[in-house]
Amino acid sequence: MPNIQELKDLTTQVRRDILRMVHKVNSGHPGGSLGCAEFFVTLYQDIMDRKDHFEMDGIGEDLFFLSNGHISPVYYSVLARSGYFSVDELNTFRLIDSRLQGHPTTHEGLEGIRIASGSLGQGMSVAIGAAEAKKLNGDSHLIYSLHGDGELQEGQNWEAIMYASAKKVDNLISTIDLNGKQIDGATDDVLPMGSIRQKFEAFGWLVIDIEEGNNIEAILKGMTEAKSKTGNGKPVCVLLKTEMGNGVDFMMHTHAWHGKAPNDEQLEIALTQNPETLGDY
Amino acid sequence: MKTYENTGNKDTRSGFGAGLTELGQTNENVVALCADLIGSLKMDAFKANHPERFYQVGIAEANMIGIAAGLTIGGKIPFTGTFANFSTGRVYDQIRQSVAYSGKNVKICASHAGITLGEDGATHQILEDIGLMKMLPGMTVINTCDFNQTKAATLAIAEHKGPVYLRFGRPKVANFTPENQKFEIGKAVKLTEGNDVTLVATGHLVWEALEAAKALYEEGITAEVINIHTIKPLDDKAILESVSKTGCVVTAEEHNYLGGLGESVSRVLVKNNPLPQEFVATNDTFGESGTPAQLMDKYGLNSKAIIEAAKKAIKRK
Repeated sequence: MPNIQELKDLTTQVRRDILRMVHKVNSGHPGGSLGCAEFFVTLYQDIMDRKDHFEMDGIGEDLFFLSNGHISPVYYSVLARSGYFSVDELNTFRLIDSRLQGHPTTHEGLEGIRIASGSLGQGMSVAIGAAEAKKLNGDSHLIYSLHGDGELQEGQNWEAIMYASAKKVDNLISTIDLNGKQIDGATDDVLPMGSIRQKFEAFGWLVIDIEEGNNIEAILKGMTEAKSKTGNGKPVCVLLKTEMGNGVDFMMHTHAWHGKAPNDEQLEIALTQNPETLGDY
Repeated sequence: MKTYENTGNKDTRSGFGAGLTELGQTNENVVALCADLIGSLKMDAFKANHPERFYQVGIAEANMIGIAAGLTIGGKIPFTGTFANFSTGRVYDQIRQSVAYSGKNVKICASHAGITLGEDGATHQILEDIGLMKMLPGMTVINTCDFNQTKAATLAIAEHKGPVYLRFGRPKVANFTPENQKFEIGKAVKLTEGNDVTLVATGHLVWEALEAAKALYEEGITAEVINIHTIKPLDDKAILESVSKTGCVVTAEEHNYLGGLGESVSRVLVKNNPLPQEFVATNDTFGESGTPAQLMDKYGLNSKAIIEAAKKAIKRK
């Protein structure tokens, strides 16, 4: 298992991948991708028990579902750098005939992806289904999912949240990316959601906070705790407080980079702040 | 002409229930989900026999479709059950992204389709679901005509890999196709031979088409009745073979003429052999409360309407 420094180096490289991918096609969602880089790296490199090759059914391994599919750049980068497909393929992001579609899809057979996502609010239901299949199969591995905080405005989530506790889906760890921002501005301005912790608790979930969601040690600690809480009759929610655009100073503390790519000059500044560690694709 | 015996009225939804019950015994990967309509969907027996493979999701259809998609990851074959309206229109985007685009092996089983749902009225009577489902790439769309065929179709779709929309209904209707028939997805069934008009019918309208053919025969008109249980993929060949002989066609379905079986048949004719076609279908309208028979009469969805349409089509030859 990689040590903390190795995870940090990989995260820096993933940030470079994200920035270069969206810059090349002048489209995509760098803000949320950068905010979740540490989470994805920690999940795939440490937390999850994965097989080294991809099988759709994922029997005998932990599975991850990305519900807020627009942060595909971080997903693709971490999947490639975890060995699911060649890092060279990151070059094809959002291009015609690419397997790296704007939003993740199984349609093109990209290894590592088990469901299409992008139309928001559907991922938790899918994750619950996969968790139920694991139970039927007598497979003790876990299901992980990630959702945006703004995404919780979609009503289907609350159907899923209600179901998961009522039916004791306790092999599920759903993480909410609490970056407080969405396309039109701060989540509190668009549609304030009050206490997400209290809502999950009221629905019967166990809730764990990761206050420093861009700190690898904090993520390791929080997710390890989350794992330890599974199997107790309740689904587990992780509230991951992140900074959108993390690691690039001018992309932080704003929602402006939710769905906007940097220009040449901005890319250069951003890459200078994130020097190459493992080699660019 | 060849005639068919009604062995006793039965509802098609009970055919689904019987098929699902059998699948429970024969295929351990089959799982079932329901959104608070177990009795209506006739899923009671499956639930009783296999509680560990049955998921009551409550009144939450979107979640049901998503859970079904997830269950396929791990090798399960989920059958979802609710009314046709809530199986399609209500959850179109969930089906589109999590099932169809994701290529998941989910069987969306929909009862109470069409106007024969009856007294509950238009909020529950979907007449657009065939259109919604046939537009989705990769989706197989099946509308069965009686109890026996619905049971056979339920068994067959478990063997088919890929998303399926299976549409059936509430009222007790004639049961006339063979018991324990082999159901071939995408293969039309020719019920009668005729030379003057082809009647292409699906669902509850198949029996009505047979009744129409009988009446037309009395008047010296021979009609070839084709039971199109699979609307997508459509058996183009069977339709073209028949119309090349009869020279005109009537399509009959319990659905809006926009987006239904009729339009699919039109596409085949226009591309291959343009010939007169008449539509027995609802005319871009919502339904209303009433008994199934009253509604079928008022909205022109019975043998009487098919007879009139056949005469019109023949005149246009």
